[in-house]
Amino acid sequence: MTDPVPLLQVEGLRVEFPTRRGVLVAVDGVSFHIDAGEVLGVVGESGAGKSLTGAAVIGLLEPPGRIASGQIRFEGQRIDNLRPERMRRLRGRSIAMVFQDPLTSLNPLYSIARQLTETIRTHLDLDEAAARKRAIELLDEVGIPAAARRIDEYPHQFSGGMRQRVVIALALAANPKLIIADEPTTALDVSIQAQIIALLKRLCAEHGTAVMLVTHDMGVIAETADRVAVMYAGRIVEVGDVQQVIGDARHPYTHGLMGSIPMIGHDVERLVQIDGAMPRLTEIPAGCAFNPRCPRALPRCRSERPELVSAAGAQVACWLFDGAGSDR
Amino acid sequence: MLAFIVRRLFQSILVMLAVGFIAFSLFNFVGDPVNNMVGIEATIEERERMAKALGLNDPFPIQFARFAGNALRGDFGQSYRLSVPVEEAIGERLPATLELVFVAAVLALAIGVPLGVYTGLHREGAVSRLLLTTSLIGISLPTFLIGILLILTFSVWLGWLPSFGRGVTVNIGWESNLVSWEGFRSIILPSVTLCLFQLTLLMRLVRAEMLEVLRTDYIKFARARGLTSRAVNFGHALKNTLVPVITITGLQIGSLIAFAIITETVFQWPGMGLLFLQAIQFVDIPVMAAYLCLVAFIFVVINLIVDLLYYVIDPRLRLDGGAARAH
Ligand SMILES: Nc1ncnc2c1ncn2[C@@H]1O[C@H](COP(=O)(O)OP(=O)(O)O)[C@@H](O)[C@H]1O
Ligand code: SF4
Ligand SMILES: [Mg+2]
Repeated sequence: MTDPVPLLQVEGLRVEFPTRRGVLVAVDGVSFHIDAGEVLGVVGESGAGKSLTGAAVIGLLEPPGRIASGQIRFEGQRIDNLRPERMRRLRGRSIAMVFQDPLTSLNPLYSIARQLTETIRTHLDLDEAAARKRAIELLDEVGIPAAARRIDEYPHQFSGGMRQRVVIALALAANPKLIIADEPTTALDVSIQAQIIALLKRLCAEHGTAVMLVTHDMGVIAETADRVAVMYAGRIVEVGDVQQVIGDARHPYTHGLMGSIPMIGHDVERLVQIDGAMPRLTEIPAGCAFNPRCPRALPRCRSERPELVSAAGAQVACWLFDGAGSDR
Repeated sequence: MLAFIVRRLFQSILVMLAVGFIAFSLFNFVGDPVNNMVGIEATIEERERMAKALGLNDPFPIQFARFAGNALRGDFGQSYRLSVPVEEAIGERLPATLELVFVAAVLALAIGVPLGVYTGLHREGAVSRLLLTTSLIGISLPTFLIGILLILTFSVWLGWLPSFGRGVTVNIGWESNLVSWEGFRSIILPSVTLCLFQLTLLMRLVRAEMLEVLRTDYIKFARARGLTSRAVNFGHALKNTLVPVITITGLQIGSLIAFAIITETVFQWPGMGLLFLQAIQFVDIPVMAAYLCLVAFIFVVINLIVDLLYYVIDPRLRLDGGAARAH
């Protein structure tokens, strides 16, 4: 917020899926920013639009999904309308991505060495030997023991946790400025989740890499993020400093999520604290999308949609806070 | 891996023994070998002598062992119809069929795989739709009809290509159509006819596999790393479609040899298929037996090669010991 030009600035992002029965709006007017070196946590139940937001940023929305409106700026430059080849050069080089499942993220037919050097040489002007040297250093850095030997092995020879380390090495290969980590530990064994999160956090701090950390685990957010954006039904309902949002959540949905903070690595797909489930895209209610599940809903919540407004250090989209955070 | 190869070799030998047994049985159950050799007018003594000379009075296993031993040395006896050793008759025809099948297989792969990749990558495009529709026709038209249509178009109407026979061949250890343009002209129509079915099959297979692979996480991750479309589509994606493609190609080379019978008939191509048909008409059992054994042998060899290619392609098989994959 201090930097006049944030690393990533998303404004009014709207992601649509044209279908036979009309247009589905999966991400609806999402705005946020990430500063250089900052970790932004993005939380919300499954289907909130977290992954699509990440995919839109890195330019990998799969047709028929498309950005219908809004802007995405990286270092002040618009990237949402770049030609495919320009966007490709950005991917991996400036913005990288880590996916959920390390078991399926690596090509089973290529050695780790081949996948790393290929990525390195796509973006950096290195010969094969130098790329290999860098690849071994990267594997060392992400904590693969005996990296110089294991680099020539194939993905299936690594455990899930080790594979996610390799995936992180691949994401860091060209020293990007932003990593989008989409539930990087959800598919892992609980005992390994904390290690991987700690690794990601340490590496990004060392390299000054910013992270958009998507998760539905409030515990991970509390441990890792600088700021947090809470998403519900394709919109950001609350965003602010992690201390502020976690210590003093304003939005009733964030309150509900808070109940799911017991310990790091705990996977809470379904939240017991909030009755009901997030509506499907075809059934998003009028007014505040959360109103059928909200314990504090007001009459106007059913007809008028609240926008994000500042409320004491955070921004909240809820009719309980329609002033400058006056209501408590 | 060695254990796997040994097991495969053992299975191959079993297959060959079984086919050899069927081929051998032809002699005993389709017609009477002595009749075939000496004619109907022979006296009983002559027949006895002949049966003894042929070893027909020996116990069955010994007869079979003798047959198998001879077959291993490539000796299937005399052709009843041509009165030359069978291996000579087949040796003369084999190159024609192998060249035909070779050219057809190369055409099917060289055209079918790229078209499959293309239609997989541009699945909504107008060209893809056109190709897919056309390929349906290719799959449903019978081979002989395609052959006749091609002859009609390119030989009768346009007069560009010969309609039958091998034309000019050059001896390069065998009689070849592939080393001179004149010879090659003759092989074009038959090989195109022969390859069309396999080509469409391969195209559809590669397309389906590409669609599958392009949905995987490792392709998404490859894209997210900024690899070029070429590296993603033709490196990561295509390589992952290879195992099924190689399996089918291997099997299809077998059926190319089988389908060659029809193509050789339509184009009067003097290959093994034509020889086999004539052998059936004349109940020329040694030729039939040899043909069966040879085709089975080619099948078995191709299957072994396919199995070895799996190892080359897929590291998961190389290291886990191949027990996991049997097809
Ligand atoms: N290809 C698609 N077609 C239609 N709807 C989709 C498609 N992909 C995702 N969606 C919908 O978009 C919404 C947001 O998805 P996603 O971003 O994956 O959620 P999250 O990552 O927060 O769990 C979900 O309701 C999902 O059903
Ligand atoms: S706007 Fe109304 S329904 Fe929505 S969260 Fe606030 S109080 Fe609940
Ligand atoms: Mg998701």
